[in-house]
Amino acid sequence: MSAQDIIREQVSTHPVVLYMKGTPQFPQCGFSANAAAILKACGVGEFFSVNVLESNEIREGVKAYANWPTIPQLYVKGQFVGGSDIMRELYQSGELQKLLKTALAN
Amino acid sequence: MSDTIQLMRDRLAALAPEQVEIGDESALHAGHEGARSGGGHFQLTIISKHFAGQNAVARHRAIYQALGDLMGSRIHALSITALTPDEL
Repeated sequence: MSAQDIIREQVSTHPVVLYMKGTPQFPQCGFSANAAAILKACGVGEFFSVNVLESNEIREGVKAYANWPTIPQLYVKGQFVGGSDIMRELYQSGELQKLLKTALAN
Repeated sequence: MSDTIQLMRDRLAALAPEQVEIGDESALHAGHEGARSGGGHFQLTIISKHFAGQNAVARHRAIYQALGDLMGSRIHALSITALTPDEL
């Protein structure tokens, strides 16, 4: 499977996927740490996270997949939502909580 | 790193911004894994009519596109606040 196929499968199999540097427990970058913290603050205790530092193919592949040059990247129900700045904006406006609640409800 | 900021300003002119503020936060991140590539960490605030009717993803994409190859080379990380004049 190509990196694009793997990413497509990951984001379509799991309702909430975060591509990040490090893990939610041990993030390796401040932006990734913020992204994981925002998901937790939204009440999403467990989500599928991918440590891009473990695979350069996925690290570069996910940038091409979303046409987005930076990490972290959040996907909900297979849709690219944004990076950490956008997650923060959506969290502050309450939209992210709604989006996640709907995605995890069914 | 100040020449990177000037390059960023030059590229962002494509979005006809009314205001551009760029902060260099590289010193805050020195030594961490991502800083090894040599690229800087920047904080960008940009005000442009170009963003009217665009959601945040579209705004950020427009900025990344304008910055082109600076992303991933001179810029390792970029925190973005993109607003229209009406949103100030």
